Amino acid sequence: MTTFLAIIVLILVAIAVWQMTKIFELSQVNADNSQVANDKDNKLNGYLMFAFLVFLYILMIFSMWKWGSFLLGTPASAHGEDYDNLMAISFVLIFIVQFITQALLHYFAFKYRGEEGKKAMFLAHNNKLEVIWSIIPALTLAGLILYGLYNWVSITSIDEDEDPIVIELYAQQFNWKARYAGADNVLGDANVRLIDIAKANVLGIDESDPYAQDDKITTELHLPVGKKVLFKMRSQDVLHSAYMPHFRAQMNCVPGMITQFAFTPTVTTEEMRVDDGIVEKVNTINEIRAEKRAKGMDADPYEFDYLLLCNKICGQSHYNMQMRIVVETEEEYNAWLSEQKTFAASMGKEDTKTETTEAVAQVELVSDEEAKIIGVN
Amino acid sequence: MSGHAHHKETFITKYIFSQDHKMISKQFLITGLLMGVIGIGMSLLFRMQLAWPGESFKIFEVLLGKWAPEGVMDANIYLALVTIHGTIMVFFVLTQGLSGTFSNLLIPLQIGARDMASGFMNMLSYWMFFLSSIIMVSSLFIEAGPAAAGWTIYPPLSALAAAQPGSGLGMTLWLVSMAIFIASSLMGSLNYIVTVINLRTKGMTMTRLPLTIWALFITAVIGVVSFPVLLSAALLLIMDRSFGTSFFLSDIFIGGEVLHYQGGSPVLYEHLFWFLGHPEVYIVLLPALGITSEIIATNSRKPIFGYRAMILSILGIAFLSTIVWGHHMFVSGMNPFLGSVFTFTTLLIAIPSAVKAFNYITTIWKGNLQMNPAMLFSIGLVSTFITGGLTGIILGDSTLDINVHDTYFVVAHFHLVMGISSLYGMFAGIYHWYPKMFGRMLNKNLGYLHFWITAVAAYGVFFPMHFVGLAGVPRRYYDYTNFPLFDELQDTQVVITVFAIIAGFAQLIFLYNFFRSMFYGAPATQNPWKSNTLEWTTPVEHLHGNWPGAIPEVHRWAYDYSKLREDGEYIIPGQDFVPQTVPLIDGEEDSNH
Ligand code: HEM
Ligand SMILES: [Cu+2]
Ligand SMILES: [Cu+2]
Repeated sequence: MTTFLAIIVLILVAIAVWQMTKIFELSQVNADNSQVANDKDNKLNGYLMFAFLVFLYILMIFSMWKWGSFLLGTPASAHGEDYDNLMAISFVLIFIVQFITQALLHYFAFKYRGEEGKKAMFLAHNNKLEVIWSIIPALTLAGLILYGLYNWVSITSIDEDEDPIVIELYAQQFNWKARYAGADNVLGDANVRLIDIAKANVLGIDESDPYAQDDKITTELHLPVGKKVLFKMRSQDVLHSAYMPHFRAQMNCVPGMITQFAFTPTVTTEEMRVDDGIVEKVNTINEIRAEKRAKGMDADPYEFDYLLLCNKICGQSHYNMQMRIVVETEEEYNAWLSEQKTFAASMGKEDTKTETTEAVAQVELVSDEEAKIIGVN
Repeated sequence: MSGHAHHKETFITKYIFSQDHKMISKQFLITGLLMGVIGIGMSLLFRMQLAWPGESFKIFEVLLGKWAPEGVMDANIYLALVTIHGTIMVFFVLTQGLSGTFSNLLIPLQIGARDMASGFMNMLSYWMFFLSSIIMVSSLFIEAGPAAAGWTIYPPLSALAAAQPGSGLGMTLWLVSMAIFIASSLMGSLNYIVTVINLRTKGMTMTRLPLTIWALFITAVIGVVSFPVLLSAALLLIMDRSFGTSFFLSDIFIGGEVLHYQGGSPVLYEHLFWFLGHPEVYIVLLPALGITSEIIATNSRKPIFGYRAMILSILGIAFLSTIVWGHHMFVSGMNPFLGSVFTFTTLLIAIPSAVKAFNYITTIWKGNLQMNPAMLFSIGLVSTFITGGLTGIILGDSTLDINVHDTYFVVAHFHLVMGISSLYGMFAGIYHWYPKMFGRMLNKNLGYLHFWITAVAAYGVFFPMHFVGLAGVPRRYYDYTNFPLFDELQDTQVVITVFAIIAGFAQLIFLYNFFRSMFYGAPATQNPWKSNTLEWTTPVEHLHGNWPGAIPEVHRWAYDYSKLREDGEYIIPGQDFVPQTVPLIDGEEDSNH
């Protein structure tokens, strides 16, 4: 269907091109062959400049109407609201400047289109004007910078007194893992040099570190609502970036270095699923997916979930390196966390369920390796 | 060098190993255009994949061979195409293709010199550019495929052959090609700088230089300051790759084993890369702005508004461009305090940019606009420069960058502000100086068609992309269908691709016009656009040494268009322009005070 549409559009464009050539040619009857614009060219292109302005306005308004709803919707983190405010203010400013300057540019191009014998105004400079239009942007930008930096500082400064929950995000080609710090809320030491595939120590955690014993490794990221979370990012191989768009959060994962980002989730997954904007979005998506299914493509009905995406080119399956994020109440979170196995348990230091854990870890490992070789499709 | 030299020229010294700046300029232009065809062609291929993911196309099978089994594009080649597309467009088309062409053509002609300071180095610069182009293109044909780590080639992805197929021989060729490219660029730039400083004709003071020359001159300075840093980054990366050093690598486990690297940091590479990378944006953009200044003034029949402010803003942009690189690294893991500093410097650079935009608009105001194709492309440049520049305010703000960094919002932004704007500047320059280069005129009607289709399609491609980015779609993704969240955008992806294909085909109109007019174009007159600058005082027929007699002396700036005497008559009665070679008349004030 889309292919067909595309072909139709191309044909229409071809016809339009052909017609336009004719128009340009017709405007050339008994013109000289100097290939320098004459009054007819000036007039025609002057009018086209005006038409282009109309096109730009329509494009801008249409885009906002049609694509405005693609925006990510209600922010799901505490700083997300400030982020969205700053974004909104910047956008309003940008759109005002855009509407005005494009209008001036194209309108002048139309209004002052050349005519034989017309005299242009000789105007070499005007210091007052130039000072004005240096100062106005300077002041506006100063305001934006201050507001922006205020937010930046509050997002990036991590207050240890708040006692954030510490979680490690661990990236490797091409999947994510999360490591919870456990009851002591301190992550055990780790380095990729300590990775021991045979023992299923896939994150390279220092087995002898007492802080490491209660750490828990998971493949899904669960967060309690309303509690500050401090993420420590690590990468095993190449650069990756932990991008959590709904939370307005992103930080690169850099081999050889621990990076960090903190935020407070404010909306649980359940709450977000009934958010008006999201409901509408999900409905649209499900209509599209139903159409796909009708065509025999495999597209299950979609239910909203927060996502962590990789946002730094990292190789073949970069495009499919994701992890589900679940924001839930503290009770749900605690219940979920208590079901996860500790590092010590998976290393066989506690004799409970050792075998099964190891088996699970092995299976996981194999699938990681496979993913690396064949790419996740 | 004096007069026009009377030594014999063979085919080889005239057309191939020429040391004449005009011929070298044409060589740069044609090589740049061919690279442009490859680069834009690639973008159409990967755009098709994005619009119709996983679909089989005959053309993929034909062009990509084993990389498109049964006509379905492979994920690795997608990344490779994006990488080579970016590299070719930025460096080969819009750096050497643009600067190489117009610096070579215009610097000697507009400052009144017989040739470049060193014709030999100039020739060498072209041939190294040619060699690096060949190497870059040949990397497309090797077994494991070309470099695929993005045009920024961040290590460790680019450093480890185990990380992706393109990081083997493909990356080596990329690095070798770029090292030669940088040498070429440096030789060119040094030559331009020396020529502008030393070889200006009598009366051509720095404040009488056309803005094209100012822009090309400062561009060369920026190049000399920043390209060596990229060269050192490339050399260090080569050492890490081949000699086991650890400049950019540490603590890596890949392919089932721990690598020995210890103590290096990819963040260091990012700093080095963007120390060039950001100035590179201006290396690409400033020549286009210079060209446009000249063309808008000439075709508005008005002086460029605020000549000195334009020079100051070029200088301001040049200086600031070297201290803003960190805005590419807000979420790289560098200290957030640095992020604050770079936000500040980045938003500062918006001020000279805004001055430029306003000055263009004021130049057009109350003009007598001659709508030649060059003028249309110049107006188009101002339009895309504004649209693209404005979103820079968002990306330059460290806070806002958090959520749009590396999304399609960035792709939209940089294509408009640097890709499309510079491309328009390049087209404007070609339409304007074609008569000077080839002694013939380009067909204007084809020029109009080319412009209007491109103008509509370019916005059609890149405007919607902003919204795709705001929806959280990352760039450098081969396929979005694993994210139901992005299903909504599929239509938009198709719209973008259709416009891209239209834009691509519109360039064929240009190519046809370009090559046909070389032989069948209307013969050019000496000064077709009624321009003031010196290049139009040379004969249409090219001479070695440019002017048959003495080099003309300059008596005024380049922008005395529509200047009146006290009695309301033009300075030269009946003619609305006063070439730079015309002395001030009695009682006339120098306009450029
Ligand atoms: C028909 C014209 C063009 C189209 C349709 C186009 C399209 C695209 C798209 C869609 C991407 C992003 C792909 C991705 O991130 O997955 C891209 C990347 C890029 N393009 Fe273009 N482009 C065009 C012209 C240009 C021009 C004129 C330039 C010159 C500056 C340019 C420079 C780049 C660069 C630097 C990248 C980034 C490559 C990377 O991610 O490593 N493109 N292009
Ligand atoms: Cu990735
Ligand atoms: Cu930059």
